[in-house]
Amino acid sequence: MRVRDDRSAQGRGGSGSPRAQVHGTAGSQGRTCAAAAGGVTGEPTPIASRETHCHLVAGLRNARWDPPQWTSPKQQNGPTRGSATLLGYTAKAGSDTAALAQPPPPPPPRAPTSPGSVKVGAVPNRRLGSVRGVPVSSPPGRRARLSYPGTGRSSSEAREELRRRLMGLIEGNRVMIFSKSYCPHSARIKDLFSSLGVECNILELDQVDDGANVQEVLSEITNQRTVPNIFVNKVHMGGCDRTFQAHQSGLLQKLLQEDSAYEYDLIVIGGGSGGLACAQEAAILGKKVMVLDFVVPTPQGTSWGLGGTCVNVGCVPKKLMHQAALLGQALKDSRKFGWEYSHQVKHNWETMIEAIQNHIGSLNWGYRLSLREKAVTYVNSYGEFVEHHKIKATNRKGQETYYTAGKFVLATGQRPRYLGIPGDKEYCITSDDLFSLPYCPGKTLVVGASYVALECGGFLAGIGLDVTIMVRSVLLRGFDQEMAEKVASYMEQHGVKFLRKFVPVMVQQLEKGSPGKLKVVAKSTEGPETIEEIYNTVLLAIGRASCTRRIGLEKIGVKVNEKSGKIPVNDAEQTNVPYVYAVGDILEGKLELTPIAIQAGKLLARRLFAGSLEKCDYVNVPTTVFAPLEYGCCGLSEEKAIEVHKKENLEVYHTFFWPLEWTVAGRDNNTCYAKIICNKFDNDRVIGFHVLGPNAGEITQGFAAAMKCGLTKQQLDDTIGIHPTCGEVFTTLEITKSSGLDITQKGC
Amino acid sequence: MAAMAAAMAAALPGAGGRFRWRIGAAAAAAAAAGGVRGAARRAAAGRQNYDLLVIGGGSGGLACAKEAAQLGKKVAVVDYVEPSPRGTRWGLGGTCVNVGCIPKKLMHQAALLGGMVRDAPHYGWALQPVPHNWTTMAEAVQNHVKSLNWGHRVQLQDRKVMYFNIKASFVDAHTICGVSKGGKETLLSAEHIVIATGGRPRYPTHIEGALEYGITSDDLFWLKESPGKTLVVGASYVALECAGFLTGLGLDTTVMIRSIPLRGFDQQMSSLVTEYMASQGTRFLRGCTPSRVRRLPDGQLQVTWEDLSSGKEDMGTFNTVLWAIGRIPETRSLNLEKAGVHTSPTSQKILVDAQETTSVPHIYAIGDVAEGRPELTPTAIMAGKLLAQRLCGQSSDVMDYDNVPTTVFTPLEYGCVGLSEEEAVARHGEEHVERPAAPTLPQPSCAFRYPPPPCHPGLCS
Repeated sequence: MRVRDDRSAQGRGGSGSPRAQVHGTAGSQGRTCAAAAGGVTGEPTPIASRETHCHLVAGLRNARWDPPQWTSPKQQNGPTRGSATLLGYTAKAGSDTAALAQPPPPPPPRAPTSPGSVKVGAVPNRRLGSVRGVPVSSPPGRRARLSYPGTGRSSSEAREELRRRLMGLIEGNRVMIFSKSYCPHSARIKDLFSSLGVECNILELDQVDDGANVQEVLSEITNQRTVPNIFVNKVHMGGCDRTFQAHQSGLLQKLLQEDSAYEYDLIVIGGGSGGLACAQEAAILGKKVMVLDFVVPTPQGTSWGLGGTCVNVGCVPKKLMHQAALLGQALKDSRKFGWEYSHQVKHNWETMIEAIQNHIGSLNWGYRLSLREKAVTYVNSYGEFVEHHKIKATNRKGQETYYTAGKFVLATGQRPRYLGIPGDKEYCITSDDLFSLPYCPGKTLVVGASYVALECGGFLAGIGLDVTIMVRSVLLRGFDQEMAEKVASYMEQHGVKFLRKFVPVMVQQLEKGSPGKLKVVAKSTEGPETIEEIYNTVLLAIGRASCTRRIGLEKIGVKVNEKSGKIPVNDAEQTNVPYVYAVGDILEGKLELTPIAIQAGKLLARRLFAGSLEKCDYVNVPTTVFAPLEYGCCGLSEEKAIEVHKKENLEVYHTFFWPLEWTVAGRDNNTCYAKIICNKFDNDRVIGFHVLGPNAGEITQGFAAAMKCGLTKQQLDDTIGIHPTCGEVFTTLEITKSSGLDITQKGC
Repeated sequence: MAAMAAAMAAALPGAGGRFRWRIGAAAAAAAAAGGVRGAARRAAAGRQNYDLLVIGGGSGGLACAKEAAQLGKKVAVVDYVEPSPRGTRWGLGGTCVNVGCIPKKLMHQAALLGGMVRDAPHYGWALQPVPHNWTTMAEAVQNHVKSLNWGHRVQLQDRKVMYFNIKASFVDAHTICGVSKGGKETLLSAEHIVIATGGRPRYPTHIEGALEYGITSDDLFWLKESPGKTLVVGASYVALECAGFLTGLGLDTTVMIRSIPLRGFDQQMSSLVTEYMASQGTRFLRGCTPSRVRRLPDGQLQVTWEDLSSGKEDMGTFNTVLWAIGRIPETRSLNLEKAGVHTSPTSQKILVDAQETTSVPHIYAIGDVAEGRPELTPTAIMAGKLLAQRLCGQSSDVMDYDNVPTTVFTPLEYGCVGLSEEEAVARHGEEHVERPAAPTLPQPSCAFRYPPPPCHPGLCS
């Protein structure tokens, strides 16, 4: 029930269309009407007019009757059952549009309250797309939904989307049957295929929420309004009679024997978070899937295994090194808490790297194993399009192999950018090298103001290294600037030096070694001033470039943003070339985060191969910058909120807080900071959530779920805190920024 | 300009409301004018000394008192800590601040830091195993608690709440008599009285030596010296939390549990909590109850217990025996019958309705002392605040006790909100409860195995 209500409320399936559908069919003929004409195959259909079909009736889309009562031919022929009854309900639904929101009262009284989802789940074919694809991601009554893109969509867009989904089902399955669970003709067809021992995918239109729309779009595609509606190897067979005829003539068997035109249903280029998630989901759905993954070594020669940036040179080693740095702080704290040691504790880089690399190795192995278990073909080669549906895979030895697939997903991700100044590629490293660097980097210059720069600079300083961060202009561009400045100011107080408004112009090697000595010349962005300094290591963290330039996209005409190298996609992650999709960091205007790539990849696979409708929602995605003092956020920055909603419509609540654990440790008061941004004209809904403090990631995650549910300030206030924690501060926010009241904490 | 003024007005929704209560407060003050001294007031019946009298200066009581004072009421708080059988006493702030959440979380943090000290070598920090000094920790924790006591005093002063360090008991429905440490009596009366006296740890009554030699959480956080080898008796979250941090600080710790740990919590989670504790070195004696505690000549405590399944007796020696077998509400010395306040005959807690009102309409109870309420600081605080707002005519909101989150700060922390699996099944029926099958292999994005232990690259390899 919830699912159904929700979806009709969202108009995902085009809530307007079923009504029209009802009107269109309400007065039409009985179940044996003949309406099929030439299908997509364009073959003549001489026998179509003699076919018997169950007519699809839109008003029945929500009725869940017990199939046994309807499959018995005797009952079908009975005077009170059958078409007359069907039409009666149809007419009712059609005349009362409000009835569409509720299932019509069907004969067995338990229908509306019976566990409908259980029944749907019990349909023999577990792959039934719309069954799997209906996770209750958005509870009914979720107000935030109203502002989402997509609700305002015209029904034609919804129709287009449904068409795409149906084409996916037709193209993605050897035998695709659109039927109704109680239709005797459909039952005959199912029996036929099962007697042939052929596995078929069945969509029971009476058991999916948007069956009426499916029917309508199907009739557009095939010119056949009736069920069963059968496709074999993408060829439209027609209905029951035509299929039986094709069986008799041997046409059906011939079609069944034909192999798919392509070796794979899906080839994913890039074995990172998004690519692997998509590939595995497609494989779970029974598709033949290949993943191509190849790591081009860095200029320093670093390379790594399967899993992409996150696992090898991103989130995972980053968080572990952050943890190493946090432990350094914990060691200092621990003395205050009674742990006794007198000597100065030194940090050993090699020990840390070895432990981290061991862990990464185990993850790489885990991915390999997981792909094997799911029968995904993994090829450690560089993939490049050579023509439509065809890719060239080049392995480390230069051997080339060609593969074809019906669909492709690009998930090649990004790699760190270089400055383009003398000495950068020769002597500088990037985050691609840092996490496996075999020697301690020593005195380090981090160039950049991205979160990568702050995180790396932060943990290097945390393990005791001399760190300078050179920033051209703004810190953490795109993040809330007040928070960004607080992140940096904490780092500055804890020994990280910042060189603002400077850019390096030359890196020169003075001494070789591990590490060696590098001279960096930097120039002011505001004047002629230049400075020179000697560092052991220069880490570039100035941004990342998408790996889209050398994978043959021009050969098949996939559009790439010339400037950014990113790939524009529609809201279904589809590129301008319909069979090519993209997920992850290479998407234009989307978020560069592992969990979003995983979600997008998984949902994409379900839409492609299971008829799901659910799209990846890129709104209110939480994230955390693992700087020495972590900064977690969800929703809008204050700047963005002002831009979107105007300052006078917002109320910002904020406060400093002092974690209990910091009090005894004697750590700075008035450093940790909590801020929420509320939209005054939408029930004080929380549209921005920001927290600077220990475990910010853990805190933000939970509140992000609340924001997905449309969290308001009142609901935050009504929430009981967990004492004593940092997160509880959000349940007692009282001071508004506009009041100008003091938020510093005095004592407790 | 006009737009700006409108925006400002909108930005101060509380302004109008505040003005309204000021008028109300003035009227109340006028009504109470004159009657200042307790003796005079008692003579002049109907004249109340205070608008609101709060008995108990813990989380709930202080929150209620401060809120009411801020809303213009004349408020007094009486608070008195009866020393524990071991003689431990503390300042203003109640259980949470002095012998509960705060010192508990800090000692938990000390134990976590011990874990980090042990982890650190795996992350490259060249460190040998290090010993823990209880005294250093206890001093730091106690100093922090004392600063909080002071903070509460200052806050009461700032909000013009009268504070009396006296032990209160009812004289009649509007009057209490307070006895100070020196034995001096004070009479206070009020229009409304809030009972927020909380609870104290329970001692077993029939175990020889329990009272003489055992301590409770009231004492543990104020120990100047390490408790040494400790037997924790009980299965409450207090028992597990204390045993957890004692183990984490390197002490030999045993938990003796009669039946099930963390009753009322989800039992699958509970067993994950205790399994992890066992893996970290906490000993568990299940299905056992202590029968006597004796002091040996060397000062150690010899505990005899019975194994309930075998019926056999067993024995062990410890430096400290900590009772954590539950808490009893502080209602005995209040003379509640003089005021006509009813308590539950089984729990001794004060019976209240949804408005926190007791059997006497102008007497209320909040926090741990009230029947059927979660024993949690934040709920007491919110209940106190809301009660004050209702008493001052500020709002009619009543406290919502559903979906209150909480966390057990055991070595592996366990947080929960809503129903336990058992409760969900009991309420909704087995067939309506869906839960993930047995813990499955994590998705590729997750490196960590479930169930715990949490892994570190060095430890797991």
